[in-house]
Amino acid sequence: MTLNITSILFYAFSLVLLGAATMVVIARNPVYATLYLVLTFFSAAAIFLLLGAEFLGLILILVYVGAVMVLFLFVVMMLDINLARLKEGFLSYLPLGLAIAALGVLELAMVYWTAPMGQVPAPAPFPGNYDNTRALGYVLYTQYLYPFEIAAAILLVAIIAAIALTLRRRSGSKNQRTEEQLLVRAKDRVHLVDLRIKKH
Amino acid sequence: MPTLSSYLILAALLFSIGVIGIFLNRKNVIILLMAIELMLLAVNINLVAFSYYLGNLAGQIFVFFILTVAAAEAAIGLAILVVYFRNRHSINVDDIDELRG
Repeated sequence: MTLNITSILFYAFSLVLLGAATMVVIARNPVYATLYLVLTFFSAAAIFLLLGAEFLGLILILVYVGAVMVLFLFVVMMLDINLARLKEGFLSYLPLGLAIAALGVLELAMVYWTAPMGQVPAPAPFPGNYDNTRALGYVLYTQYLYPFEIAAAILLVAIIAAIALTLRRRSGSKNQRTEEQLLVRAKDRVHLVDLRIKKH
Repeated sequence: MPTLSSYLILAALLFSIGVIGIFLNRKNVIILLMAIELMLLAVNINLVAFSYYLGNLAGQIFVFFILTVAAAEAAIGLAILVVYFRNRHSINVDDIDELRG
């Protein structure tokens, strides 16, 4: 096996990726688990870059590390979790989990070694003016326009669902009722009183 | 050069780490969600590797949509978790059996 710079980078990032992923699932503290998940996503973004998917690598860092992981961190720090109870029986299912995971890896590896995937030649290097984001945009906004719009609708549904779930109405809080303010007519507010002024 | 198989085996290992995480942390819903994120990431690595080696951008488009759906899933899952914690002051999976008949 010849070691070139791509191989070295691939194996380095893979090692970091797998190590960080392992730490995610065995970390005692959920905050540490979240931070290791950030490291996992960074390494995965680097591997995406090795595969020529620059746009997805950057999106992974911006959206996942920037938004989703921060959301996880918020929730982990907001909840006052009893860690001791959550770790009960932590290792009792380890043999079963390891067995199932090893079986899965073995099956997949057997498929990969027998199928002619290892012989798929590496593609020709991209031409100098190749722009991954531009190429992705050309496909996304033409061929995949409807799925793209459905994805936007899914995100809207997620926003509404998350807000509707966590919105809490407290009794006794003072807030404006916009619909009642808009429905007000002049006769509700102004009373004309007919005063009979007596003349002395 | 790393071949297509090495990327696929990396993804398989990552996926199995996610499976182990579900077995190990079956009481902590937050870590369960993180394990699901790991498994989705493994699938994404598979799709990007296939996209690169087969010279077809469809794989990267799929990763795009998987990222969208996974973000929505994480947001709603965490919202449910916050509501549940507000009611029961616990996120232990063993306590989530109120709907049992």
